[in-house]
Amino acid sequence: MAREMSGAPAILPLAVEGLTYTAGEARLIDDLTFRLEPGPRTVIVGPNGAGKSLLLRLCHGLLTPTAGTIRWSGGAGPDASRRQAMVFQRPVMLRRSAAANVEFALSLRHIPRDQRKQRVAAALAKTGLADVAGRPARVLSFGEQQRLALARAWALEPQVLWLDEPTASLDPAATRAVEAIIDAIHAGGTKIVMTTHDLGQARRLGDEIVLLHKGRIVERAPTADFFERPQSPLSRAFIQGELLW
Amino acid sequence: MTDFGAAFAAAVSLIATLDAGLVEIVGLSLRVSLSAVFIATMISLPLGAAVALFRFPGRGAVVVVLNALMGLPPVVVGLIVYLMLSRAGPFGVLGLLFTPTAMIVAQVILITPIIASLARQVIEDLWEEYSEQLRSLGAGPRQAVGALLWDGRFSLFTAVLAGFGRASAEVGAVMIVGGNIDHVTRVMTTAIALEVSKGDLALALGLGIILIVLSVGITGAAFVLRESARRAHGA
Repeated sequence: MAREMSGAPAILPLAVEGLTYTAGEARLIDDLTFRLEPGPRTVIVGPNGAGKSLLLRLCHGLLTPTAGTIRWSGGAGPDASRRQAMVFQRPVMLRRSAAANVEFALSLRHIPRDQRKQRVAAALAKTGLADVAGRPARVLSFGEQQRLALARAWALEPQVLWLDEPTASLDPAATRAVEAIIDAIHAGGTKIVMTTHDLGQARRLGDEIVLLHKGRIVERAPTADFFERPQSPLSRAFIQGELLW
Repeated sequence: MTDFGAAFAAAVSLIATLDAGLVEIVGLSLRVSLSAVFIATMISLPLGAAVALFRFPGRGAVVVVLNALMGLPPVVVGLIVYLMLSRAGPFGVLGLLFTPTAMIVAQVILITPIIASLARQVIEDLWEEYSEQLRSLGAGPRQAVGALLWDGRFSLFTAVLAGFGRASAEVGAVMIVGGNIDHVTRVMTTAIALEVSKGDLALALGLGIILIVLSVGITGAAFVLRESARRAHGA
């Protein structure tokens, strides 16, 4: 792990117990218990409404669970959220330049001003955005915006990066660029947890696959095992493209 | 018709020669309205942001009241401020009635709801878009408000201009609490009302032209600002 550089205590593994989220009568996340270890890229798949996005938001702390606990290692407490970042399906671009978008994130994490410039430049260079650093973020193409969202997250050097269908609205070329960046972020020691609709992408990016259905974990297995030897009939149906409702 | 033509010519000459009486009136008008806009902005931006971001009991009522107060009749505001500031009123001891300060107070009351309502709408829309991202990045309430005010700056400036337009054009409130006293509380709108009733159309028309130029200029500036912001920032 490359975490020694930052000197921050590790927040992984994450222990989730009895996690439940309800809206009215519906149990959208239904009594989930699992652990997330540092290292392997975890890809969460499942049909629409399975609770994938909800699960990421609950773990990241954007939503409060109805029941259950989310415990980060080392008693990091509220500090744990400062060592995570999230990239959303639709990139949220502040009405500022590309560089200022990244710098704003660094300033919120209290990175000293003299270090920010260099970290901004590094993040933009690594995501191929150095040329558009001064352009307003919201006039960039959709693919560039998503790369900028990744640059903004990467600059924070998170221990965990949550990605909610980061390529769902992108064309194949932009998707490849985003996947390459995700790989590079992972190579730097960041735990990747992402959701996707795209089983091809799940094969390419996932070290392990979690199939979520109606708020429950149907199967969790290393990628090869999940696709070659699915244990659950639901997994087999899902891989063959039959909808699970 | 010839009367009108002569009056118009006289008005243009008053403006062209920067007639002292006219300049004094325009100066006081701007002083009163700009002060009112400044104070109202200081109150309404935080107020609008607070109502937009925070959920508290009675929030819905505050939104409704703010929206309703956008259409406050100036004469009623004038009447209320008059009652407050008159000798027998609760703030009578301050001796503010028939001073420019009283006019500023009345205009602040008149335009604070306008700026606050428009600001709330702008900030609420932005917050809906930014909320998850800002919370994910770890922004506290103060940092979030700062980011929203900055990113909404063009739309918010339009809201402030709307307030200025209302303040500089109203006559009812400043007439009642200012009294239209020559050299003391006479502003463009009250002067126009007086000069028309006296039959001195030249000064009235001159002031009228300036008022219209001012309001067209403000609307134009707001339009140009929004358009250039939209092009430059995709805002």
